[in-house]
Amino acid sequence: MNLDMLLLGIADGISYAGLLFLVSLGLTLIFGVLGVLNITHGSLYALGGYTAASLTAFAMHHALDKTPVLFLVLLLAAVVVGVLMGLLLEVVLLRYFQKKDPVIQLLVTFAAFVIFEDFQKLVWGSSPYSAGEIVSRLGTVELFDVTYTVYQMVVIPGIALASYLGLLFFLKKTLWGKQTVALTHHREMATALGVDVKKVATLVFVLGAVLGALGGALAVPVSALSPGVGAEMIVLSFTVVASAGLGQITGALITALMIGLARSMAVYVLPELDVATPYIIMLIVLLIRPNGLFTVAQSRRI
Amino acid sequence: MKTGLFSVFSALVLLVSGIFFPWSKTMLIIGLCYGLSALGVAIPAKSGQVSFGHAMFACVAAYSVAFIARAFPAMDGLLLLVLATLFGTLFSALLGLFVVRYRGIFFGMLNLAVSMVIVTLLGKLYNLSGGTDGIRVERPALMGMLTDRSEFETLLLVLTLLVGLSAGWFYQRFTQSATGEALAGLKSNETRLEYLGISAHKVLWVGYVWSGFWVSLAGAIFALAQGLVTPDMGSWTRSGELVFIMILGGASHALGPFVGAAVFQAVKLFASAYMAGVWQMLLGLTLLTVIAVAPDGILGAWQKRRESLRQGASS
Repeated sequence: MNLDMLLLGIADGISYAGLLFLVSLGLTLIFGVLGVLNITHGSLYALGGYTAASLTAFAMHHALDKTPVLFLVLLLAAVVVGVLMGLLLEVVLLRYFQKKDPVIQLLVTFAAFVIFEDFQKLVWGSSPYSAGEIVSRLGTVELFDVTYTVYQMVVIPGIALASYLGLLFFLKKTLWGKQTVALTHHREMATALGVDVKKVATLVFVLGAVLGALGGALAVPVSALSPGVGAEMIVLSFTVVASAGLGQITGALITALMIGLARSMAVYVLPELDVATPYIIMLIVLLIRPNGLFTVAQSRRI
Repeated sequence: MKTGLFSVFSALVLLVSGIFFPWSKTMLIIGLCYGLSALGVAIPAKSGQVSFGHAMFACVAAYSVAFIARAFPAMDGLLLLVLATLFGTLFSALLGLFVVRYRGIFFGMLNLAVSMVIVTLLGKLYNLSGGTDGIRVERPALMGMLTDRSEFETLLLVLTLLVGLSAGWFYQRFTQSATGEALAGLKSNETRLEYLGISAHKVLWVGYVWSGFWVSLAGAIFALAQGLVTPDMGSWTRSGELVFIMILGGASHALGPFVGAAVFQAVKLFASAYMAGVWQMLLGLTLLTVIAVAPDGILGAWQKRRESLRQGASS
């Protein structure tokens, strides 16, 4: 492995980690507030991606093929899918099953995921979709000796980082955000202090859903989507979230970077293992720290 | 006792229908394997620990069948089943040492992660495992008998029904045993269980190995029935289906997982005949309906109804 390949691996890894982080961020946020491990997050990723691909094709067809428009189309797809699906899932489905065991709630989201898998096949069929136009529009950058697309080197990591900072700002500085944090710490106490749990839960779920869909929408210009992509993404983001520690936002950022880099390196060094690396990392992490890398100790409730 | 007789009776009905409708034999065997695996998943679930990777034991056992049959083509099918189940169970015993330390989501996720590693490796190590196309398993002699396809399937169906009945008997005995009760105790309060001097890790490990045993056995039978093993057998969606079947049928009685598997297969069959392409959608809707109206599964709802009828009669 020479230096060029190492650089290329790092560039690949960072762009991949950006996508992974966006999806994981949504997942961990939803888990923190609602206590539900939302398997439908994989569907959000897939639907966000497919919608973005279709909208891009639509925009190109109607001669709206200016670069900023194409970019806005990606964001628009994420917001539309995230808000609609988020409301549907939270207000209709999860609220109805709110009182059930966490395992049952997990299965509820699994059932919804399975339903959306077929829905997606009905609407978009099983041929692969992609929307590479925007990547070639934005051109390439040269870093040392390696040429890489601006989209993957700047846009994806930039949006990931902006989402991270934006979320931190939201949680630390705004009233809604502070209520969200209170809710994650102690649901009953927060309710007693006057936090409107229902509203906050819906808001956070929709926010998380938009992040999941955004991951998909940003992925579709660089990788083709086909059936099964949601199933793959949901387990990958699970590994990030679980290795970081459930509900850990900064932890998810670091872990996503770690897993993204390790995976893209594995493509060059151990190609047989590239798909398995995230899981192997998670196994090692949990072997050493059973509750994830960044979890803080909790008091025992007997 | 009544349910015991009922189980034996249903086994006979299945056997007879298998003999009269030969096309249904493979389907029945596969359905029973699903039920058997779901029963395995139900054992650790007693303690509140739901695994999203248990299909890996079926996968490991199935590949053991394929590998052993490839190395020793003359080996009897029964011995293949025994050896493959042994491998699967040993694997669950080893893995169990590690995963019983985790609870809740982490337990589910760790199982899932290990299963993903296995599936990936089986898919990638083409020379060893045949990649995603899998390995064909030639029909072996069964219990010393070299048979044609139909006879082989009948024999395998009888064997599977016997295994299913013993699994049901085991499950009922196990849940009432000290270990079974301790498993249920782990769900309600682990700390108190430890204060009673019972090691939660050990209890869960025993349950985990038993569950690995039944799922492995189901996987080995599945490999022989289908004549083909693929990495897909261990995928997390397959594990999810097992949990799904367990919830669908209900885990309060050993019949539950089998009832769940029957409904699962029926929905799948119905959908593939009339609504090809949306069978997953139909399954998802079935699951949501069951969780909404019968949270203890089909069998739980039935038991509750019988209970209330009995109370109505006595008062």
